[in-house]
This record gives sequence, structure tokens and C-alpha cells, in this order.
Amino acid sequence: MILTNLPAGRDARVIAVNGTGPVTRRLMEMGVVPGVAVQVVKTAPFGDPIEIRVRGYSLAMRKNEADSIEVSL
Amino acid sequence: MSENGHNPEITIALAGNPNAGKTTLFNSLTGLKQKVANYPGVTVERKEGPWTINGKKANLIDLPGLYSLDATSLDEHIASDIIRGDQAGVPKPDAIVAVVDATNLERNLYLVMQIFEFGVPVVIALTMIDVFEKQKHELDVEMLSVRLKTPVVAVNAKSGRGKEDLAAKVGEVLYSTPVLPYEFAESAENSGPHGKIFARYNFISDVVQDSVWHSDQQQHLMSEKIDRVLTHRFFGLVILVAILLLVFQTIFSWASLPMDLLEQGFGAVGDLARTQMPPGILADLVADGIIAGVGGVVVFLPQILLLFFFISLLEDSGYMSRAAFLLDKLMSRVGLHGKAFLPMISSFACAIPGIMATRTIESRRDRFATIMIAPFMSCSARLPVYTLMIAAFFAGQTVFGFVSLGAVLMLAMYALGIVVAIAAAFVLKRTILKAPPPAFLMELPPYRLPNLRTVFQNMIMRAWLFLKRAGTVILAISIILWALMYFPRSDSQSDAFTPSPDLVIGSTVEAPEGVTRTPESEQLKKSFAGKLGYAIEPVIEPLGFDWKIGVALIASFAAREVLVSTLSIIYNVGKDENEQSETLIAAVRNAKRDDGRPAWTPLTALTLMVFFVLAMQCMSTVAIVRRETNSWSWPLFMVVYMTVLAYIAAMITYQGGKLLGF
Repeated sequence: MILTNLPAGRDARVIAVNGTGPVTRRLMEMGVVPGVAVQVVKTAPFGDPIEIRVRGYSLAMRKNEADSIEVSL
Repeated sequence: MSENGHNPEITIALAGNPNAGKTTLFNSLTGLKQKVANYPGVTVERKEGPWTINGKKANLIDLPGLYSLDATSLDEHIASDIIRGDQAGVPKPDAIVAVVDATNLERNLYLVMQIFEFGVPVVIALTMIDVFEKQKHELDVEMLSVRLKTPVVAVNAKSGRGKEDLAAKVGEVLYSTPVLPYEFAESAENSGPHGKIFARYNFISDVVQDSVWHSDQQQHLMSEKIDRVLTHRFFGLVILVAILLLVFQTIFSWASLPMDLLEQGFGAVGDLARTQMPPGILADLVADGIIAGVGGVVVFLPQILLLFFFISLLEDSGYMSRAAFLLDKLMSRVGLHGKAFLPMISSFACAIPGIMATRTIESRRDRFATIMIAPFMSCSARLPVYTLMIAAFFAGQTVFGFVSLGAVLMLAMYALGIVVAIAAAFVLKRTILKAPPPAFLMELPPYRLPNLRTVFQNMIMRAWLFLKRAGTVILAISIILWALMYFPRSDSQSDAFTPSPDLVIGSTVEAPEGVTRTPESEQLKKSFAGKLGYAIEPVIEPLGFDWKIGVALIASFAAREVLVSTLSIIYNVGKDENEQSETLIAAVRNAKRDDGRPAWTPLTALTLMVFFVLAMQCMSTVAIVRRETNSWSWPLFMVVYMTVLAYIAAMITYQGGKLLGF
């Protein structure tokens, strides 16, 4: 499933980050690489962006970016 | 260079992630002797200061905060150029101090891996270690150092812990050949575009596993608890609005006293110059040109200081990124970044700090789009103009019998600015600043108590830049404006005392005591500024403005509030009258055109207000935009597009109003 659909508070693991552009690259540089544990913390009041926890810190991203991240529970 | 003795000074660069405590460490190592400049050709700030290593003088360069050295942003580009020694004017660093936040070790170490790969000697300064240990984690600094094959020093900028040790370790690694602590497997090089990133993180995970013991996984509990309220889908927004209201209320109320004092101070200095200098052109230049002109800008300094105080406070505490998180969706609808929100709000006080605050937006196009619309927000310099117009033509009138028309008009002016700003952003982001929707990847750093010293240092640095840069331009413009109104001098004094018909008509009404004229108004008519006023009269006629309003309009392109003082001179009521004075209000009401018709009607006043909402009439803003965009084309474009919009909107207001019978 994609990160966008991961319910808040559930532990998951990244299996793939799809794409080749600079945004994908930046996502991986920020530590979102296959194998890492992630959790969705919350969604912003207007429905976007979302806050995730990865490698012990909080990262905000738009659903657009989260769509490219595949996770498994 | 250091080896062959041309430049005996050692160059050290300080690198690290944003929010890692880099600025605090830099301030603590260099004290107050830092220099701030821009890297040539770009708006990235270059901060450096002295640091002593083993008794030798070193130059410490503070690199911009970065997550990576892959040169996707301007900051990263500059930083990697400096580390490589490719940045003009900056010697290749002899060593790099990498600032690493112990509470966010893995991601912070990623940048360190990249620095290692450049082959420069590195010392790691480990910050926030006390916070980390308080959260009941343990970190084996020795082990970290062994695994990374690099000295690691735990530092605390506040207590001074580790400062000397850090300098000693840097002294040890200077001119040594660094050893890369890991090697890329052949597979990493070949496994797609992200193989290296993956390999770096794999190594980091190993190192962290060996050197850190987590006693529990609840390390960010505190920040999460705060965020349950501050980014709550309802209360989060309420609190955001409350914080902003508080900040602006405070800025306006706290700044008013020092602003009044500054105003009086400049007035006193001007008077002093008048009395101490022999009357003549020099005294006029100093008092009316230099002191009045520069003073008019410096008066805004208290507001700027306070605004930057609050911005630093909100940024350092970690709240600012939460505000961007809450509002990104709204801002993205018009194509702006969530971070554009604060600069827009700041611009209600003054566009200058607002434009300076856009620096937090990484994408150049998003940043420029924000800069281009910030001046539409009604700043405090427009207030005197709105107040004068409302007091002269709309005072005491009500809408629906109970709402004051003045308040409605005031609100309408603010709303007009906001609506046009949003529309302009929408158009700009789809035309000349077209870019794919910006990626929104933003760290939400843990909440921290702001370091007051950093906050104050930042505030003072901003104030100094404001005074220095905007001040020099304003000085030049003030002198030019003064000269335009002062020259050419009328041939003789007697000439000036011959009243022209319009002045008699105009003055008899407003000054029945017989104080009918001063040479100043006659001087104005014959001055270059007066001639300019006549010259532009055909252009401003469709807006219902005569040549005198034209002169005031021209003068107000230096700064909006100049309109009020220029109208005072033009209508002969003396320069010291402020906008609340009965005489100026009466003079504006009773002013006549050359042909005897009233110069102003309520419709003219409304037209002028609309023009002032939209026109780019602020030399300091132009100067700041020139500096922040590092080109003349953006500020020129801004002046042209805003002023054309203002002209069209004012014409629609005036001609439409006339058609409707006003």
C-alpha cells in the first residue's frame, strides 16, 4: 500500500520509493529509504500535508509525495 | 595556500543540518565579531568570524544549513563549492566542523557521510547531547568516533562545554589525510540512481546501532504532546490566529512610543541644524532633504526590530514550521508554499521585513512570487494616507445607520490588497514564475526553548542590514526629491510674493486671518517637481487628479507617507502639520484647481486610496527587492506591474464612480 493510505499511528516499513526526480532523491536523502520504519502521525487541518515519523524525527510532506512511497505493515 | 605561506590564516567551515544548533555554536565560538555579506551573485548569506585554534587565528565560515551536498538548492550548491574550494573569494577550508544533533543522529550523519567523501579533514561537534541523555538514552561518543574514524566532541554552546576540546581536535586534524570510514560496494555504485544514498544510510544504521542505546522509544514525547494542541485540526488554527494577533498587536503598541520618540528626535535634530547653520541652501538640504528624508525611514526601525524579534523567537522554538504545516494547503491553492504565509502577514507592518522573511522559502520561483506580491499588503506607511482621506471626506458618515463608513473603507482597502495579492500570485505562478507544484518536504523540529542570545543577535544583524542598505538608497532619493522641489529657485523674493490667482482662491478660504501665502508654494510651482506635476497632469486627469496631486504622487513614490507632508507643503499649511490636523484636512477639502473647481471630491479621495493600495511607492522596498533578487529587472518589473494595476484600478474607480453619478 502507499504511505498516503497508511492509518495514523500504525507502524510500517518502507518497501520502495518510486520515481527518479529531485523530489524522490530528496525524500531518500531525508532518510526515507527502503527498509526504514515509518509512522503517519497526523494530517494537517485542511487535509494536506501529512506528518510522518522516520528515523526518530518528524517530516511533513504533501500527499503527492507520500503517494510515491510504498509501505508494508 | 596555507602550506606555502601566502595566507597564514586557517579556514574552517561549519556545516550541519538546519535546526542542529549550528548558529548557536557559531555565535558561541566567534562571539560578536562576525561579518555578514552575500556570496557574489547570489542571495545566500556569507557569515564568518574569528576563532582561535592552538593559539593561531582561524577564520570560521558558517555554511548555510543543509540536508545534503547534492546541489539541488542554491544553498547546497554554494556549500559544496566552498568545500571543494571552487567558490570565488573563499579559500578551500583546511578542515570542516560538522555539527550533528545527537537527538536526530541518523539523518544528521547523512550530511557528514557526504562531507567525508569530499576528502576534507572533519571534526564532529555533537550538540543536544544533554537533551538526548535526559531522554534516558545513552550514546557512546568513543565508539562513534572509532566507527566514523573521526574525532567526535560533545559540545554545549550555552555552558561552553567542549569548546576548547573542539578547537584542540580541529588543530590535530589540520593537514591530515582523512580516511573514509566505509567503502561503497561495487553494487552500490551500479544499483540505480539512489544506490549511494542507500549505502550511506546502511552504514549509518550500523554505526548508530553500535553506539546508541535507547532505553525507551518515547524520545519525542514532549514535542508530540505540544503538537497535539498546536497542530490540532481546530485548536491549532485558533492558536495560530491568536499568536499572530498578539504579535502584531504587540508590534504596533510597543513600537509606537519609540517611533514617536525617533520622529521627535529627528525633528529636533532638523531644527537644531536650521538654527546652527546659516540660512541658505545648505541648511535647507540638511534639514529638509537629509534629516527629514532619512528620518522618515529610520522611524520604522522599532517595528522592524520587534518583528524580527518575534520571527526569530517563532523560528527558533520550532513553531514556524508548524504554521507552514497548518496553512500549506491554503497557500498551495494559489501556487504558493506554506512558508509564504509569514512574509505576507509581516508585510502588513512593512513590506521590507516581509520580503526579508521570504528567505526561508527554498524554491527560487516560489520565493520570488512571494516577494512580488508582498507589497500589496497594506503596510503601516499607507495608514496616514487612508486616515487623511477618510478624515477629510468620509468622517461621521455611517453605513446601515450604525457602522462607520471610515472603518468600512479602511477594511475594504486591506481586503482589496489581499484579493489582488492572491490574484497576482495565481497569475505569476502560471506565467513568468511557472514551476511544477513545489515539493513540500519539511522537517518539523522538536520544540525547543529559543536561545535568547541568538534571537537578539539575529535581530540586531537584520536591523543593521536594514539601516545600511535601505538607508543609503533612501538618502540618495531624499536628496534628489528635495532638489527637485527646491530648484530652480525663483529669481527674486518679490516674485514669490506675487500671489497667483489659484492661491488667492485657495488660501482665502482656508486662512481667513490673511496669512495667505508663503514663498514655498510659489517655489513648488516653478520647481522641477512642479513642472513634472504639470507634465503628468494629462496622464492623471482620467483619475481626477490635478497637477498638485500629481506633485504629491511623484514625491510619494519615495515613500507613501510622503504624500501627507507634500500635500501640506503644496496647500501651504506648513510642513509640521500631521495628518490629524484640522488645517490640513480643511485645506484638502477646500483646495481648488487652477480653474477654480474643487480639487477633491469624495470620489477623488477614494480613487487616491485605491491607487495607494496597489501602486509600488516605496524606494526602500525597491532597494530591498533589488538586493534579495540580486537583479534590477525584478524590482523594475514590480514597479511597473504594480503601478499599471494601480492606474487601471484607480481609473475604473473614478470613471465608474462618475458614471454612477458620484
